[in-house]
Amino acid sequence: MATRKLKEVDAVIIGLGWTGGILAKELSEAGMKVVALERGRMTTTEADFQVPFVRDELRYVQRQEMMQDAARDTLTMRNTQGQEALPVRRLGAFLPGEAVGGAGLHWSGGTWRWTDMEFKARSMYEGRYGKAYIPDDNFVRDWGISYAEMEPYYDKFERTAAVSGKAGNLRGNVQPGGNPFEAPRLHEYPNPPLNPILACQMFSEAATKAGYHPFPRPAANSSRPYTNPDGASFGGCQYCGFCQRFGCEANAKASPHMTVVPAALKSPNFEMRTNSWVTRILKDAQAKRVTGVLYTNLLTGEELEQPAQMVFLCSFTLNNTHLMLLSGISQPYDPETQKGVIGRNYCYETRTAANMFFEGKEFNPFMSAGGTNVVIDDFNANWSFDRGPLNVVGGYIMSAGHNTNLPIGNRPVPRGTPAWGSKWKEATAKWFGSSMSISSSGGTMPHRHNYLDLDPTYKNVFGQPLMRMTFDFKDNDHRINAHAAKMVNELAKSLNPTFMSAASGEKQSWSVIPYLSTHNGGGTSMGTSPADSAVNPWLQSWDAHNLFIMGASTFAHNGAYQPTGLVGALAYRTADMIKNRYVKNPGPLVSA
Amino acid sequence: MENEGRERRIFLKGVVAGGTVAVGSVMPQAVQAQPVGAAASTTPATNLPAGYTFLTPDEGVFIEAVVDHMIPADQFTPKGTDLGVHIYIDRALSSGWGKGERLYRQGPWKQGSANQGYQLPLTPSELYRNAIASCNEQCVKQYGKTFDKMAAEQRETFLLGLQGGKVTLENGPPGRTFFAMLYQNVMEGMFADPMYGGNKDKAGWKMIGFGGVVAVHQQNVVKYLGKKFPVNPLGIADMS
Repeated sequence: MATRKLKEVDAVIIGLGWTGGILAKELSEAGMKVVALERGRMTTTEADFQVPFVRDELRYVQRQEMMQDAARDTLTMRNTQGQEALPVRRLGAFLPGEAVGGAGLHWSGGTWRWTDMEFKARSMYEGRYGKAYIPDDNFVRDWGISYAEMEPYYDKFERTAAVSGKAGNLRGNVQPGGNPFEAPRLHEYPNPPLNPILACQMFSEAATKAGYHPFPRPAANSSRPYTNPDGASFGGCQYCGFCQRFGCEANAKASPHMTVVPAALKSPNFEMRTNSWVTRILKDAQAKRVTGVLYTNLLTGEELEQPAQMVFLCSFTLNNTHLMLLSGISQPYDPETQKGVIGRNYCYETRTAANMFFEGKEFNPFMSAGGTNVVIDDFNANWSFDRGPLNVVGGYIMSAGHNTNLPIGNRPVPRGTPAWGSKWKEATAKWFGSSMSISSSGGTMPHRHNYLDLDPTYKNVFGQPLMRMTFDFKDNDHRINAHAAKMVNELAKSLNPTFMSAASGEKQSWSVIPYLSTHNGGGTSMGTSPADSAVNPWLQSWDAHNLFIMGASTFAHNGAYQPTGLVGALAYRTADMIKNRYVKNPGPLVSA
Repeated sequence: MENEGRERRIFLKGVVAGGTVAVGSVMPQAVQAQPVGAAASTTPATNLPAGYTFLTPDEGVFIEAVVDHMIPADQFTPKGTDLGVHIYIDRALSSGWGKGERLYRQGPWKQGSANQGYQLPLTPSELYRNAIASCNEQCVKQYGKTFDKMAAEQRETFLLGLQGGKVTLENGPPGRTFFAMLYQNVMEGMFADPMYGGNKDKAGWKMIGFGGVVAVHQQNVVKYLGKKFPVNPLGIADMS
């Protein structure tokens, strides 16, 4: 059957999570005809996230109900170029979402304002430590954006997502109880911090005593009933303990499905098509522009062409890179020649943790929210933390608290406890409610040999090549993690636990199991030169001026913070630019 | 070589099955009458009908022996089969998960490194089917009897060997991979919501003090800060 060609629209959006939802709302409100194509199904709180059914750890955590179906589409992985990549047959280390809302349905809500320490990383490190400080195989660079221009968009996303937190720096004045290392903000968070839990209090005391600066993790878990500027209603967080991996029945955890998507659906200019799988972005090579997308209606199998004046690639960060590789719009990165841009600067996350066991303490770990954590930023956004002696670029945040500590997946026992039998039961019974952990989370730096390209062997359900991930932690990442482990263990020991399983700072090789983090970054990174970046600082493709790529795939490296605050702010910033500038005079916004 | 292996295996399977029949008294618990205590259960929703939907009689007695060994009766909970963990595993294996849902199943098949995760061409139910037979072959070879008839110390040694990769399942799938899945499923059977067939009377949750599916803790998070929360956990069926 021939591909059916549909009527051209102003904008087609691929993927309806946070960035797709934001663009859908902003552009359709501004009068543009917008179509969003989402491969998953529609979700609503009323139909999908009702108590008691939503409180099912097996269904949502172990069986991954809301995640991308690996049987249809996955990727292959290997640690180094010398290995043969094999398919990630079951999702493990990271979990792309698949439905309206995307990973925004199942996140915890951590919402941060990334600073100039990321956006101007190369100039800041070279300025302080000299040109020779950063080795040639570390591709860290300046992103071409600044905190000052992002500030209003951070604010806008925080208000949309009902973020609970405490400002640490209001217009240059450091605020008690907040993060003193954050960059200046114009406004307080829209909601006060969540109630502290015991693990937060203990960590706060220990960190303060050690001279650090603890503060509540800013989180898109509304601490009280709230109505956002678009009119979306949030309930107050119920500390139900089923947050990460779960939908929220209280609409307390911000998600695209109950904020920007319904706001967009109010506009007659917006059309949402679910079960619609985009297989290719169509390119007009001569004109250096794209003409629309090819997609399949998963309910009928019919292939359709949706022409559009503008294409917004808004799928999960890894799928953005995959679709760019499949569409052949820009040159794929080659680690040998170091030329090409798609798949370059792929980055991930390092983590380490100490478990502590306290005889007689009652943490009630099942009463928690996604954001019931306390954090210190002393080893990340704090530029007076001298990296020179450690020889690293980047840093890590350290945190404690409880978040979604459910019994199938989370039953810590002291090291040396048998894995089954009565002794195991005794320890599990004793420590489930009497343990806590302190963990670190650090970004990774882009490395010449960490990259994404198309797999030569394995195919998805459409017969298209899977994407191949070549990734391992490199020396810079190991050194950050080793320092993190040392500092985590010092603070953990200072709490004087009955037993402690220390954090490991040993060199680790990345494994696709178990879960590590869904904070994958880079692959279609932003920058100021088309030689080493896929998009300019407006997230506009260098090779097709009417193609815009949203999300963490545009990050030039991965910092220690969770990505969503920046992902949301960048989407609002691009939306403003499209409305105020691009549509008036379509063309490249930055000359190459 | 391949044919030789298969024939030997078919032969050994016959021996194992014959062994079961010869003793005569070993029937999977799931096909025996329910114990008297079960009838008095306060939560009818967790009383699944006895009988297996996937496991064969030989596989049933193997799984029952494993779950009762890993979860013995003691002051913390009744034994694994009394919690329905064997039923949980049987239902999981005949569910979409057991048949390979969400599992990428295209070849070619390579062993890969440990970092590359699960790489077998088997669905979970196929892995169980082959691995249980291979485990029993190995037990017969090593101890002269199938797993369910082995003494507790022998079971312990065998399971530790399987877990640590010291027991090799000749002509079978990798023992460690099977063990990892089996262990995970035993834990699921003990701690998943009782509506899946295990965790009977929420005994797993009660053992550790997990709060269950209670919907609201907005007040409790303040009221019970640092204090023990009086847990009487509810499951999904209790609230439906």
